[in-house]
Amino acid sequence: MTGKAAFVYSDELLNYHFHPDHPFNQKRVLLTKELLEAAGQLNEDDLITPRVATDRELALFHDTAYMEALKKASNGLLSENKGLEFGIGTEDTPIFPGMHEAAAALTGASLTAVDAVLQGKVKHAFNSGGGLHHGLKRKAAGFCIYNDGAVAIKYIREKYNARVLYVDTDAHHGDGVQWAFYDDPNVCTFSIHETGRYLFPGTGNVSERGIKDGHGYAFNLPIDAFTEDESFLQLYESAFREIAAYFQPDVIVTQNGADAHCYDPLTHLCATTIIYEKIPKLAHTLAHQYCDGKWIALGGGGYDIWRVVPRAWAQVWNVMKTGEALTGELPASWLEKWQQEAPRPLPAQWQDGSDIVPDIPRKQDITEKNALMLEQLLKYTKLPNSDKRS
Amino acid sequence: MLVEEIMKREVIHLQADATIAEALQLLERHHIRHIPIVDESLAVTGIVSDRDLRDASPSVFNLEDSEHELNHPLDSIMSQPVVTVHPLDFVEEIARIFYEQEFAALPVVQNNQLVGIVTEKDMLHTLIQLTGTNVQSSHIEVKVPHRPGILPEVASLFGKRNVNIVSVLIYPFKDDPNFKILVFRIQTMNPLPLLEDLREAGYELMWPNTLPEGNQ
Repeated sequence: MTGKAAFVYSDELLNYHFHPDHPFNQKRVLLTKELLEAAGQLNEDDLITPRVATDRELALFHDTAYMEALKKASNGLLSENKGLEFGIGTEDTPIFPGMHEAAAALTGASLTAVDAVLQGKVKHAFNSGGGLHHGLKRKAAGFCIYNDGAVAIKYIREKYNARVLYVDTDAHHGDGVQWAFYDDPNVCTFSIHETGRYLFPGTGNVSERGIKDGHGYAFNLPIDAFTEDESFLQLYESAFREIAAYFQPDVIVTQNGADAHCYDPLTHLCATTIIYEKIPKLAHTLAHQYCDGKWIALGGGGYDIWRVVPRAWAQVWNVMKTGEALTGELPASWLEKWQQEAPRPLPAQWQDGSDIVPDIPRKQDITEKNALMLEQLLKYTKLPNSDKRS
Repeated sequence: MLVEEIMKREVIHLQADATIAEALQLLERHHIRHIPIVDESLAVTGIVSDRDLRDASPSVFNLEDSEHELNHPLDSIMSQPVVTVHPLDFVEEIARIFYEQEFAALPVVQNNQLVGIVTEKDMLHTLIQLTGTNVQSSHIEVKVPHRPGILPEVASLFGKRNVNIVSVLIYPFKDDPNFKILVFRIQTMNPLPLLEDLREAGYELMWPNTLPEGNQ
């Protein structure tokens, strides 16, 4: 690790595996790494090996009773009823051997990224295995066991006392992280996501703004089903800039879920690779503008693991490493190797053509509703901003 | 659902000889808008709202006489008789009272004693719970013919997929009496297998699941 960015990776991150038919599949992490290696963007010097999160670290956010239940489930010793109380053993988060260890490894990888950045070894770090934003204090939910983002931010608060801006561009609302810091004025959360009217978890309304001392430090932009690139980016860019100016963070943590793409089977948004170039670019710019570059990126959702996630996450790293996204052909060796396993033809280019987006009849309405949502949110970033740092 | 499950049991109340000034202080201190008036045996004899009290308060342009006006007893302004409900009434019944009579709070009375109060806000909170949006869940709407047995037919598909249902609502379909919209909130982030089952069984899915196989 000699550059200004670090890529957190070990094969242990692939152990977070529910069963072969489960939509959450960490082969994405491997596909991303190999894509970057084949493109000549990632070498030994860029990699850091993650550590495993300790019980004490997990307990920064999670309930110990929940952790104990997970350890039992990990060894096949948890009864079905007891599991359901903690959301363990459901269709979304079924039990698998070693689940506690696998989840603690993902969380440790996010802590490794935090330490690398906040100890000044690098400016930016990426744990594509993390971003499990639905995990609650004492409940597994939405494919997430431990909420590595929430644990990492608690850890930043405790160890480095830095003010954190968390930006979540997953198509699902970043509810677990939001609730974790809902009353905390030193952690500002911003989630842009498909409206919860239809989509899991159902929350993330623009009116959710934090409570007690944390009031004014939670931001939500729910956008309409079938939103396309242009409207998504208009909202993301205006809101992120305004919120960063309002909050003046010391460090930025992004959750880079890649499920807003029109190929994604679980959501109804209609974006293309364009947003996956612009999302990390703005995070990069604002991290340099406000935080001396300090930026930690996490993975997240993303259920077209072949055609979407590897390209989307590789661009996060490309921007970290060079400030720019890659264009043109994908490396032939990567395509050749993985096409055999992929159920559909892999795209040959870094960029999608505009022809992949289906024709959406209500495009004008969607754009207009989204713009109104942005207007509502921006009212809250215009408050007098005195003594934020006291 | 019964009124006793949603009512507040700690009721701020006063007697009829208390003054307007005392009532105003209570509203302020407890952030409430209604005060039931009771006699010595806790029987409800009247109710005052924040609007009654403001109407009876001196104008801000004319504060000299305020002492006198604020010392009037509450029985000079309280509304009576009072519509009250019983702890074992159904929540949907009292929703009708809120809607038709335009009250914003109803005292709950049992054995001729004040035992609780239900406000419009409590009612709305209950409705939010009924919709299931307060629990992490996905939302699916299915258009079905309006005929006996349709609900268990559709619901059995959820059971087969081992998906927990948080709430079920049945809406009319526009003005067509031959169809209904079933709205399910289900406790999963991955409704895909279920959506496929529903399509395969021939049910019509509503927005935004109208395109087959997501949007590809």
